[in-house]
Amino acid sequence: MIAVHGLEKRLGDQEILRGIELDVAHGETLAIIGRSGGGKSVLLKHLIGLMRPNAGEIWIEGQNIIDMSERQLAAIRQKVGILFQGSALFDSMTVAENIAFPLREAGERDPQVLRKRVSEMLEVMELQGEEEKMPVNLSGGMKKRVGLARSIIRQPSCILYDEPTSGLDPVVSDSINKLIRRLQQRLGVTGIVVTHDMKNAFHVADRIAYLHDGRIYFHGTPAELRSSDDQLIQDFLLGRSERENL
Amino acid sequence: MFARIFNAFGRPLLRFIQYLGEVVMLAADTFQSLFTHRLRWKLFLNQVVEIGLLSQLVVVITGGFTGAVFSAQTYFQFHKIGMGSATGAVVSVALMRELGPVLTALMVIGRVGASMSAEIGTMKVTEQIDALRALAVYPTDYLVVPRALAMMVSMPLLVAECIAVGIAVGYFVAISLLEINGTYYMANMVRWTRSRDIIMGLSKAFCFGILIVFISCHKGLTAREGAVGVGRATTEAVVNASLAVLISNFFLTMTLNIIYPAGYQ
Repeated sequence: MIAVHGLEKRLGDQEILRGIELDVAHGETLAIIGRSGGGKSVLLKHLIGLMRPNAGEIWIEGQNIIDMSERQLAAIRQKVGILFQGSALFDSMTVAENIAFPLREAGERDPQVLRKRVSEMLEVMELQGEEEKMPVNLSGGMKKRVGLARSIIRQPSCILYDEPTSGLDPVVSDSINKLIRRLQQRLGVTGIVVTHDMKNAFHVADRIAYLHDGRIYFHGTPAELRSSDDQLIQDFLLGRSERENL
Repeated sequence: MFARIFNAFGRPLLRFIQYLGEVVMLAADTFQSLFTHRLRWKLFLNQVVEIGLLSQLVVVITGGFTGAVFSAQTYFQFHKIGMGSATGAVVSVALMRELGPVLTALMVIGRVGASMSAEIGTMKVTEQIDALRALAVYPTDYLVVPRALAMMVSMPLLVAECIAVGIAVGYFVAISLLEINGTYYMANMVRWTRSRDIIMGLSKAFCFGILIVFISCHKGLTAREGAVGVGRATTEAVVNASLAVLISNFFLTMTLNIIYPAGYQ
C-alpha cells in the first residue's frame, strides 16, 4: 500500500529525515514512535504530499507521488485521510459542515444524503447532538473525533493519524485508541499512527517503527519491541532521560 | 567589497523579485483555475457581500466627503478668477479619473484586504490550509478564486458608487453652501465630462481590485509563526497593496491617457 525509500528532508541547516525506509501493507496499522521533534510529523506530512522531500521516493498504491503536482495529488489524497495533531477543523464551519465538507467537495449536493452520512459519522464518533456546535466550543477530544470523522467520511483506504492522543486525558485517550481500533476492524483500512504515547502505540499497532536521528532505528511487532534489549529502545519505553543514564 | 554591496542591495532586490514572481504566479494560477475548474458560487456570493455590500458605508462616506471638500477647495480657487461655475467639471473629472478609484481602493485595502490576509493567514498557521489540501481541495480554487472574482466584480461598482456620491455631494455643497448657479454648474460638468473619463475610472478600479486581492491573498498564504506572523502578514498586505495602488496609479494614468485622453476633444 505505502512504501518509502531513501526519504531525506532538510529544513534550513537541520537534517530532519536521513534516508527513511518503510513499508506498510494493506489493512495493516503501523505506529511510528520517537521523541518529540524527531521528525515523525514531518514524515507523515510527506506521505500525503503536504511536504516535499529533498530526496527519496514515496509509493502509494503503486504510484510515486514525489513528482506529482498539487492537482495530480488530489486523486491520491482522496484515498488517504489524515487526522492532524491540532485537528485543523475549519473554524468558520459547524461540526456538521466540517464533517460533510469532503462529500460536498466531491460533488454531493443532496441535503438528505449529507445529513444521513453526517449522522452516521456522529454516531460512530459518539458525538450525537453536537452537530451545530462551532469548533471553538469543543473540547480537545471532541475536536479529534470530529477531525477523524471528516477524514474517514469519504471512506479512504488509508488513514494517517498525527499524535491522536496528545494533549488528552487518559480516559479520552483510551476512547480515541478504541475508536482507531474499531475503525480498523470495521472499515479494514491501512493506518499509520505517529505518536510518542506508548500506550497508544501498543493499543493500535500491528507493527511499530522507532524513528531516531532521522532514520528508522527499529521496525517490528509490539512484542519484539517490548522484548528488545537495545538500551536506546528500553530508555524510550521506560521514559528514561539520557541525563539519568550518566 | 562586492559581497558587501550584494548583501546591502542584491539580497533585498532578489527577495523583492522573488516576491513579485510569487504574486504573479498566484495570479496566473487563479486565472487558469477560473477558466478550467468549477466556480464555488456560494463562496463567490459570500465574498461579493463581504467586499461589495459591507463596504457601502465606507465608500459612501469616502466619496461624499471627498466630493464635498474638493468642490469647496476648487470653488475657493476658481472663484478668484471668476470661474466658480467650472467647479462641477473639475470635481467630476477628478473623481472619475483619479480620486474615486484611488480613494476607494485605499479604503477597500483597509477593510477587505486586511481581513483577507488575516483570515487566510490564520487558516495557514492553524493547518486549515493543509487540511484543505489533504482533503483533495486545491487552496487556490477554494480560497483565492472566489475572492478574486468577487473583487473584480465589486471594485468597479464600488468606484462607480463613490464617484456618483462624490459628484452628488459636491453639487449639493456647491449649490447650497457656495451659492454657485446650479444650471451653469451642471452645464459645465456635462460639457467637460466624457464617457472615456468613466471608462478610465472603472478600468483603474478593475486593475486595483486585482492588485489588492492577489497581494492580500499571497500574504495570507505565506503567513508564518503563529499570531505574530498573521499580524505581520496583515500589516505587510495593507502596506504593499497601498503602495502598489499608488505607484500603479501613475503608470495607469499615463497609459490610459493615451487611449482615453483627458480634456474637451
